[in-house]
Amino acid sequence: MTLAAEVANRLGGAIGAHRLICAEEELASYAIDGLVPSAILRPASPEEAAEVVRFAIAEKLTVLPAGSRSKWELGMTPDRFDIAIDTTGWHAIPHFDPGDLTLSVDAGMPLRELEQFLKEKGQFLPLAVPCFESATIGGTIASGIDSALRLQYGSARDFLIGAEFIDGAGQLCRSGGRVVKNVTGYDLHKLLIGSLGTLGVITRVNFRTSPLPAVSGGHLAEFENCQAALQFRRAVDKTGLSLANLEILSPEVSELIRVILQKSGHPVPAGLETKDWRVYSSFEGNEEVVQRIGRDLQKLARDAGAPGNRVLEKTEDESIGGMLRECFEWLRWASAATVICRLALPVLKVETLAAVSQLSESARLRWALLVRAAGVVYFAVFAESEGGWELEPLKHIVIGVRSIAQAEQGCCTLLHAPAEIKSKATVSNLPGDALLHQRVKRAFDPSGLFAPGRIVGGI
Amino acid sequence: MKSLLGPKNVLDQQLDLLLYEFDGSVEKARPDLVVFPHTTREVSEIVKCAARYEVPIVGRGAGTGLSGGALARGGGVMIVFARMNRILEVDLENRRAVVQPGVVNLDLTRAVEESGLYFAPDPSSAKSCTIGGNVAENAGGPHTLAYGVTTNHVVALELVLPDGEIVRVGSKHGDTAGYDLCGLFVGSEGTLALVTEITVKLLRKPEAVKTLLAIFETIEDASQAVVEITAKGITPAACEMMDGWTLQVVEDYIHAGFPRDSGAVLLLEVEGLREAVEAQAQAIAEVCGTCHAREVRVAKNDRERELLWKGRKNAFGALGRIAPSNYVLDGVIPRSKLPQALQRIKDIGGKYGFQIGNIFHAGDGNLHPIVLYEPRVKGQFENAIAASGEIIRSCVEMGGALTGEHGVGMEKNELMSLLFSDADFALMRRVHDAFNPDSSLNPGKIFPLSKGCGEIRVKKRETAGVAI
Repeated sequence: MTLAAEVANRLGGAIGAHRLICAEEELASYAIDGLVPSAILRPASPEEAAEVVRFAIAEKLTVLPAGSRSKWELGMTPDRFDIAIDTTGWHAIPHFDPGDLTLSVDAGMPLRELEQFLKEKGQFLPLAVPCFESATIGGTIASGIDSALRLQYGSARDFLIGAEFIDGAGQLCRSGGRVVKNVTGYDLHKLLIGSLGTLGVITRVNFRTSPLPAVSGGHLAEFENCQAALQFRRAVDKTGLSLANLEILSPEVSELIRVILQKSGHPVPAGLETKDWRVYSSFEGNEEVVQRIGRDLQKLARDAGAPGNRVLEKTEDESIGGMLRECFEWLRWASAATVICRLALPVLKVETLAAVSQLSESARLRWALLVRAAGVVYFAVFAESEGGWELEPLKHIVIGVRSIAQAEQGCCTLLHAPAEIKSKATVSNLPGDALLHQRVKRAFDPSGLFAPGRIVGGI
Repeated sequence: MKSLLGPKNVLDQQLDLLLYEFDGSVEKARPDLVVFPHTTREVSEIVKCAARYEVPIVGRGAGTGLSGGALARGGGVMIVFARMNRILEVDLENRRAVVQPGVVNLDLTRAVEESGLYFAPDPSSAKSCTIGGNVAENAGGPHTLAYGVTTNHVVALELVLPDGEIVRVGSKHGDTAGYDLCGLFVGSEGTLALVTEITVKLLRKPEAVKTLLAIFETIEDASQAVVEITAKGITPAACEMMDGWTLQVVEDYIHAGFPRDSGAVLLLEVEGLREAVEAQAQAIAEVCGTCHAREVRVAKNDRERELLWKGRKNAFGALGRIAPSNYVLDGVIPRSKLPQALQRIKDIGGKYGFQIGNIFHAGDGNLHPIVLYEPRVKGQFENAIAASGEIIRSCVEMGGALTGEHGVGMEKNELMSLLFSDADFALMRRVHDAFNPDSSLNPGKIFPLSKGCGEIRVKKRETAGVAI
């Protein structure tokens, strides 16, 4: 399916035919859950993209901004998908003040390239997110995906200090600024985090950067069961030790990490093959601080009755740390039909986690649990065939997990699933504020052209 | 209103209303009625009642705000949250607290400090300002350098919309499905909804703290030290600057042991694990040394530490002793431009003939020049406003912002065009109208009156306001 030739002609005429792609093969690579766009636009500048948006308003076409599309399947399948605005051509750094630790970067900048740029100045952006090799900075913000360094550095909302974007009126807008402290006007840029392209086309984002730590370290402890691991987590929390990350790995997570590392020829930390629960911690600072935290963690783990625990070698730490950052990426491809639920729980209880995994056990499906820092839980269920007979139990599991999360005053989002089981009932539970969400959506996008239906609740 | 709340909870006499025509800013506007609700339900009823009579509403905490955010610019009903001041829940294990908007900032920390926890945002007015007001203005404070401003510590809100509807946004965890609505409402200066309940994060007190006072011969050296500390990637918990002239005034009043003959001092605090604190304190002392610090003192005990902070936190009060009125400004610049910014402030002060003091959050580039003036001398108030306008403009020219923590309110709404385009205003206006379509809630704030904010007839500003 392509845009009506006449419309395509005018669109090409408006911003240059060479920026309009209608070749079927390319269009197919932009499909979301099988929904193929009619055209791809690669505007040379945000101004040109704004022109495309105004064109779409006039022609009543729908628009979805695209980065590298590494997490393209997050959210619901859009109701309609006419034009993809590809932002990957914009990767300049118009502002970097190393002395102020502030950065302004175009949306299409790849994370890996940005990391390299900042590293040369002894700085970094604490967004340790999956698909790091391919993701763009704009897509990372729009996806709202978790950073593995949240415990120490917060999430994007804590260091995104401003943004520029095209709103649903086809205008280039800005919010916030380039300074680290600022209360001028509404914090509209915060709304863009996790908006999945439904509020506008992000063209540029401003951040407070962080200095690279001098030294970092890692620690791994084994526990007989989930409860013991949770108790250790609690004991660590009470000490006030400042950790960059702390994650609890179910036995299946360890096994997956071991197999993937082995296959890819990376160093495999010893001892990952036992059927234990594990707690991985990472920490940073100067030499003394890192040694002290390592020592304290070893003592805490011994006190908590861990059968095994040790400070990791640098290469081991990098292996496990890197794998945990990428967990969303490898979990989703770990079986023929994987479901990943993300739970945000205000209180972490062993009963809750047991109830969640029991849903899988009952359906005789393999599962993995990763209790991430800051009360976020990834729960993955693996079905070995894409056949319809396994999809029904998967759907029931997702709905079951959702009600468990709700009962615990938390929330549950479906991060990954076969398209067939995505539905309003499964993808996310907009809480009681669905109507408020709609008000925000209409304010940003009065004609509803951005990714309609991508978030449940009529957004 | 009296039948709704009882006569004790309504003020309608001119003499009583007079008390509510000021806040901490130089602005002034009198409400027609002041009401004191005790519950969310009452707030909702008040709002519905005001809507029936098409009367504007403004929320107010303790009235310590510095941009006129809690003033009834359009007259109408002022809802004072002073009697909604209960801490509803403290969850020590998960470090969360649920409070009513009238809870005083410091009272929350006092309620949890025995358990080794505290509420991080610490504006200078922490002893009297309310958490509801902190949320409305997205308040900061000295320690926001390391821990972030109010928005970084709020996870959920209960709100009353201008039609009286009660809604909730955010979650006890903090993460929600969909948009970050909490992030939108915090700092919206009471123009989108009234906040009736707040869930906040509590932090664990650090293992070790060290407070340093670095004394410099010149303000240029002190600001260069801030630039170097930031550029070296050292993040103190606080990094405050006071200029030499201000120091003398403060020392006369507080006797904190500040030098009387220096160009400027930096009050620095480092917090965290013992080993980290030692190393950071040493690194800071070294940087100050290379920037020609005359002396770097380390507070030896809690008493010395508290005295230094007392000097900083009461500095504005001390200045009040030597000039009838002062105007505290709030601007932000990139930290790398600190020396140039301070020079510019000095030049502007010279041009208008004002002594301008500087007591501010140097570590995050948040300037607080204080213009001292005599309101009874004709033209001085107008000149103070003109000088402050020039200072804020120069902040913007350097790549900064209009306000770092005081808010836009009715103080800087006309300056908003320095930063935002018509397209920006159009979007902000649509977001405003999505929640507050009739501008019945806190009219005349944030948006320039010239930019389609014709919904109120603003009373002519009376001059000679006095900051408290």
